[in-house]
Amino acid sequence: MLTKDEIYEKIKGALVEALGVDEDEVKPEATLVNDLGAESIDFLDIVFRLEKAFNIKIPRGELFPEDVLTDTKYVQDGKVTELGLSELRKRMPFANLDEFAKNPVVQDFGNLLTVADMVRFVEGKVAVTA
Amino acid sequence: MRWYWIDRFIEFESGRRAKAIKNISLAEDHLHDHFRNRPMMPNSLIIEGLAQTGGLLVCEHNKFAEKVILAKIPKVEFFCEAVPGDTLIYTTTIEYLNEDGAAVIATSHKGDVLQAKADIVFAHLNAPWLGTFFSPEAFLAMMRLLGAFRVGRAADGSPLTPPPHLLKAGDLPAGPQRAAAAEGTGA
Repeated sequence: MLTKDEIYEKIKGALVEALGVDEDEVKPEATLVNDLGAESIDFLDIVFRLEKAFNIKIPRGELFPEDVLTDTKYVQDGKVTELGLSELRKRMPFANLDEFAKNPVVQDFGNLLTVADMVRFVEGKVAVTA
Repeated sequence: MRWYWIDRFIEFESGRRAKAIKNISLAEDHLHDHFRNRPMMPNSLIIEGLAQTGGLLVCEHNKFAEKVILAKIPKVEFFCEAVPGDTLIYTTTIEYLNEDGAAVIATSHKGDVLQAKADIVFAHLNAPWLGTFFSPEAFLAMMRLLGAFRVGRAADGSPLTPPPHLLKAGDLPAGPQRAAAAEGTGA
């Protein structure tokens, strides 16, 4: 059993190692891509580190459901449709999609995930104490 | 020039650790092209040697079924130069592995002295066009050329052997195919 603080500290450590950022740059509201400079290949590294740190499995597409973003059922003219947004909300209960939903351009989706989202994601996969 | 940045495996424990040597000779052109009048092994090529050592370790563990490419170096440190006459010992240990790729910890030693250390992340790619450069046969040929099966051990300690479905592979002629095999480690 881990406390929320312990989860946060482990995630911070993983992001510092994977992205080469300073500890004080890793804040709950920081976005992985815009603020911490993550590139697509970094997500592979981050997933490795989270799986190892928390002894969990993160199946492909669970943290970042790329399949939704490339499915014509959910995307039209470069934007995620209402149906697509509904699917994303179902698949990503850990993420706040409200801001993205205002102008759901697929290209901007990568900028969505924050450190707080990562914490909620991991909390959903491990036992947490109060 | 052929894209081999290790000379020979000296240990190969399937799924766990591989150790290879790189002898640095004054006859190698790239030593002279790096800094004028100061021949030394470029650090980028030491990283490539570490990546080849680790990449083949990952590749063999997957029975050559995955196309393994160097994806990222999260961290690398160099502690001293490598110069003509040095023998570098590259050791790579699998830190983590899943269906998408692998992470290894790599070191380079000159005798007992730590010369460099690096974290290396490999990705598995399945793009069809990569088949030309990343064929299992090419990887296997490189493993044979570098002596991995002479020194290698399987996870249960038995002698390392090629996967049965590739037993006829590995006899590629010298030339472009071998160069492709070397590039197949992805760096």
